[in-house]
Amino acid sequence: MKLSELAAIKAKMESVVSVRSGEEATDGVRKHVLICGGTGCTSSNSVTISETMKAELEKAGIADEVKVVLTGCFGLCALGPIMIVYPEGVFYSAVKVEDVPEIVKNHLVNGEVVTRLVYKDEITGEHVHSLMETRFYKSQKRVALRNCGAIDPEDIEEYIAKDGYAALGKVLTEMTPQGVIDTMKESGLRGRGGGGFPTGNKWQFAANSVSDKKYVVCNADEGDPGAFMDRSILEGDPHAVIEAMAIAGYAIGADEGYVYVRAEYPIAVRRLQKAIDQAREYGLLGKDIFGTGFNFDLNIRLGAGAFVCGEETALLTSIEGKRGEPRPRPPFPAVKGLFGQPTIINNVETYANVPQIILKGVEWFTSMGTERSKGTKVFALGGKITNTGLVEVPMGTTLRTVIEEIGGGIPGGKKFKAA
Amino acid sequence: MKKKMTTVTFTGTPEQEQKLDAIIAKYGKDEGAIMRILQDAQEVYGYLPIEVQKMISIKTGVPLAEIYGVATFYSQFSLNPKGKVAISVCLGTACYVKGSGPVMEKICELLGVQPGETSADGKFSVDATRCLGACGLAPVITINEDVYGKLQPKDVADVLAKY
Repeated sequence: MKLSELAAIKAKMESVVSVRSGEEATDGVRKHVLICGGTGCTSSNSVTISETMKAELEKAGIADEVKVVLTGCFGLCALGPIMIVYPEGVFYSAVKVEDVPEIVKNHLVNGEVVTRLVYKDEITGEHVHSLMETRFYKSQKRVALRNCGAIDPEDIEEYIAKDGYAALGKVLTEMTPQGVIDTMKESGLRGRGGGGFPTGNKWQFAANSVSDKKYVVCNADEGDPGAFMDRSILEGDPHAVIEAMAIAGYAIGADEGYVYVRAEYPIAVRRLQKAIDQAREYGLLGKDIFGTGFNFDLNIRLGAGAFVCGEETALLTSIEGKRGEPRPRPPFPAVKGLFGQPTIINNVETYANVPQIILKGVEWFTSMGTERSKGTKVFALGGKITNTGLVEVPMGTTLRTVIEEIGGGIPGGKKFKAA
Repeated sequence: MKKKMTTVTFTGTPEQEQKLDAIIAKYGKDEGAIMRILQDAQEVYGYLPIEVQKMISIKTGVPLAEIYGVATFYSQFSLNPKGKVAISVCLGTACYVKGSGPVMEKICELLGVQPGETSADGKFSVDATRCLGACGLAPVITINEDVYGKLQPKDVADVLAKY
């Protein structure tokens, strides 16, 4: 793969961006139907809905004109399964298998929106036609989740259409490893796994450690009950994590990485494996990436149901195939980590921010968030709240905004008292 | 939590042992192979009885104590045979708050087992699982590969009747 070939794929896939931002198609595929294939909506039968949709389109003779895509999580799990029809951006919620023939006949063939299935605002009770106009999305700022619900996570070319692997290309051809680390430091990105350690500093420590072999590890052992931020990113945009890990590998001088995922996340594991296979096939993982002489490859390791393995040293011990017991620090992983070699270990969401920071720049990233914590944060909303699901907001957003505006408040008009 | 050893007689077949050999050949030289061997071996046998652990120890040269240590550390490794219908009830916080406790009680009552046990006819096994991350649909249970969300105790009998 050369940079020019990456650009050619991007140009070829342009309709992924244009039709889904409301423009008329130029390639004859006049509509894109995006159906949520995250764990939440899959549990509410979205895979059968997608298959039924394809069969009905075939029957109606318009299978060539409509592209059906099973995406990652849109975030509004409470109203799943969710379906969006582009270019008009009509937002159907709680779709059932039996509704599919009506959507195909009325909307996709005759162009009449099926009003009864269009999402209703939880407060005004009015139909809201477009996803972005909903109260749920309006106050959000999606960076790590930007592609979740927007692309087919099982098609690397859709990721490339949305500037995928362009950051890796830029890093390998225009930046020095130290330049990458400096950018991460200046961006102020902090670890999203909970510790909030400055990512750039962590990379610097590993870069400073002298060794022939270093590792890049992704902590996807998301074990805190009620949290599914990392799972949704792996299900909805696995290539963002792969690309970021390759960038990290270049920055610290590592040629191998591991993603440690919980076995409780089968869809995430399957999509990630497929994404890694595709990246290898396209030459975006493996030897001599973009003809620069940089080598990097990834492995997946599955957890086996041990909460403690989310702790970084326990996780590394578990990758080594042993009982996942934590080991004392120091030495920190950046000095002596996986198999005794210098290792950086970052969380899924942290990695998902990296390609965007490289492409859009430090200034863009630091314009969001607070004085001491830049960017955005993904939150999983669960329990007694109207819009259970996944949201992303700038750092510093108040809990009240998240719960009352985005989350639609507490069911039954109850008051939010404390947290 | 201490894991109980099974009293069920081990009935491994030569075909299963062949598969085990293939698994060990596949991972044998990798660093940190034991966990992956155990994960795949559990797919083959359905559980990890001491007999299988001994075979792995002899074939890989890794001490049995180490293998037993790993097998008992991770909650996904089972030393007991599972039922043909494996039920997992999520007792993560979100599901628990939304009432997965009563759902678990109802399942146990209907099947006459305790969590972690297999019914007398060997058909159903019931386990508590950690958060499945489908909290938007809490409370959630999985039966083999199927997921059931927003489940109430009164729905349990109908769901079980499908199996």
